[in-house]
Amino acid sequence: MSTLQTIASLIYLISAVCYVLGVHMMRSPKTARKGNGLSAIGMFMAVIMIIIEVVADGKITATGWIVLIAGLAVGIAYGVVKARKVPMTDVPQLVSLFNAVGGGAAAVIGIFDYLLKGDGVALSLAFSIPVFLDVIIGGITFSGSLIATGKLSGKVPGKPITFPGAKIVNIIVVLGMLVAAWFMLATPTNIWFVVLGLVMALIFGLLMTLPIGGADMPVVVSLLNAFTGLAVAFAGFVINNQVLIIAGALVGAAGTILTLQMAEAMNRSVANILAGGFGTGDSDSGGAGPDVPVDVKETSADDIGLQLAYAQNVMIVPGYGLAAAQAQHEVAELATVLTEKGINVNYAIHPVAGRMPGHMNVLLADVNVPYDQMKQLDDANPMFESTDVSLVIGANDVTNPLARESGNEISGMPILDVDKSKSVVVIKRSMSTGYAGIQNPLFSLDNTQMFFSDAKVGLQDIVAATKQYLED
Amino acid sequence: MSEELFTNLAIFVLSLLVGFEVMSKIPATLQTPMMSGANAIHGVVVVGAFVIAAEANNWVFYTLAFFGAVFAAINVAGGYTVTDRMLGMFDRKPKAKSEGDDSK
Repeated sequence: MSTLQTIASLIYLISAVCYVLGVHMMRSPKTARKGNGLSAIGMFMAVIMIIIEVVADGKITATGWIVLIAGLAVGIAYGVVKARKVPMTDVPQLVSLFNAVGGGAAAVIGIFDYLLKGDGVALSLAFSIPVFLDVIIGGITFSGSLIATGKLSGKVPGKPITFPGAKIVNIIVVLGMLVAAWFMLATPTNIWFVVLGLVMALIFGLLMTLPIGGADMPVVVSLLNAFTGLAVAFAGFVINNQVLIIAGALVGAAGTILTLQMAEAMNRSVANILAGGFGTGDSDSGGAGPDVPVDVKETSADDIGLQLAYAQNVMIVPGYGLAAAQAQHEVAELATVLTEKGINVNYAIHPVAGRMPGHMNVLLADVNVPYDQMKQLDDANPMFESTDVSLVIGANDVTNPLARESGNEISGMPILDVDKSKSVVVIKRSMSTGYAGIQNPLFSLDNTQMFFSDAKVGLQDIVAATKQYLED
Repeated sequence: MSEELFTNLAIFVLSLLVGFEVMSKIPATLQTPMMSGANAIHGVVVVGAFVIAAEANNWVFYTLAFFGAVFAAINVAGGYTVTDRMLGMFDRKPKAKSEGDDSK
């Protein structure tokens, strides 16, 4: 090992330590931001070190520099501008997009090193196996994450997309992948083999993600995030760089845990989600479902305002409808109006409310809702007994009492016990079902009233009405 | 199996175990920022983009190196920026204008 190599190895080791400690610190809201900062410092060190290594090595051509710097400049400008400008409601699809390009970059590295070996060269398995896994997994996450981005942003229909003969196509693609594996692993190099592998991986990513409903996308994004971690780790094997291996494996494992936690919160197995075809994900967007509970009571903004003005304890239950309508400012305003009059306002946040775990917390934190007012499931449920008004905004399945019974799609899913509060007001655009596609008996309970409205418009009216009663 | 491969494999396996261990208990609140933060970490693939750009010597390789650099830079720069933005929201002091907020 030369001196430079020794220093480089140490720097990469330190940056890897930064990632691990950074992830560790991100487990608590108090240290999370510093944790991400530490991880970024580790990243910065790794980048500085590779620049020094590339310069010291001196093999890079002038064109190589131009291509590299131009590429980095374009990527950094695009990434930073997107990340700064994106509204908080659109964060999930942006994370998915960043994940896609990460997988794409890993695949590019694998393809590059495969082609660099030259044509007709016999490869050792120690090289060809990581290259194959890198290209395949990177390709799958690239196309899969792009579809997930499209589904989350509504550019690709959220409902499961299937077509006749899908099974046969799937079998052909898997066979194609095996053929590509055989050619890439067991025969001398040829540019078409790696192209075949890449194309098969891209098609596989599409076929894997298209049949999955929009509501399950968070779990899929998390899974693909873990995949990208593994692709990056295999890219590390290919170019023999240990910081890629450590960071990639770290993300691969971390992403897997996250995926399992999310699936668990939805009472689904990952296999079940990947099987696809369940639910549409477009909750709250369609017309009335086929078997609407007939005996629901409708109410008005004025009446809700009256109830809120005379309540002691109010619980707000946000769901995807809140995010979709961008109504977080209105919610915060309503809460401020109420707390100023000494009414206790809390938010009951279900782990899978919204499009990603923690989605609601991020949205509410964005409009300065104090962290201690956001109650997680276990803290919120005992509070419903003493809650005068529960205001359910664009949430559905996470409040469905059917989950307590057996024999339906959401049996056993932990829910918010909204029905235990004295009065429940549900703001929803229509009677349509949530992603689970089943009716919610909560809506027809005696203590439940429905307010059919877009969350933003409805809340504006409620705020106005509440203010009026509070001032009287 | 070469010594180099064995070392890399050992590092890979141990890092997986560290990843499982360090992630095992995440409050739901932080799961989205955590996913985004982990997403930024695999932006380390940008180091690989440097490595391949240093070896590029014809237009095929230059093209690949360019796309590798663009993709990796979006991942790493965007990933850290958006994660920081999300987490910055938890940092913000609650508005002190109402009495209710102060009674912690």
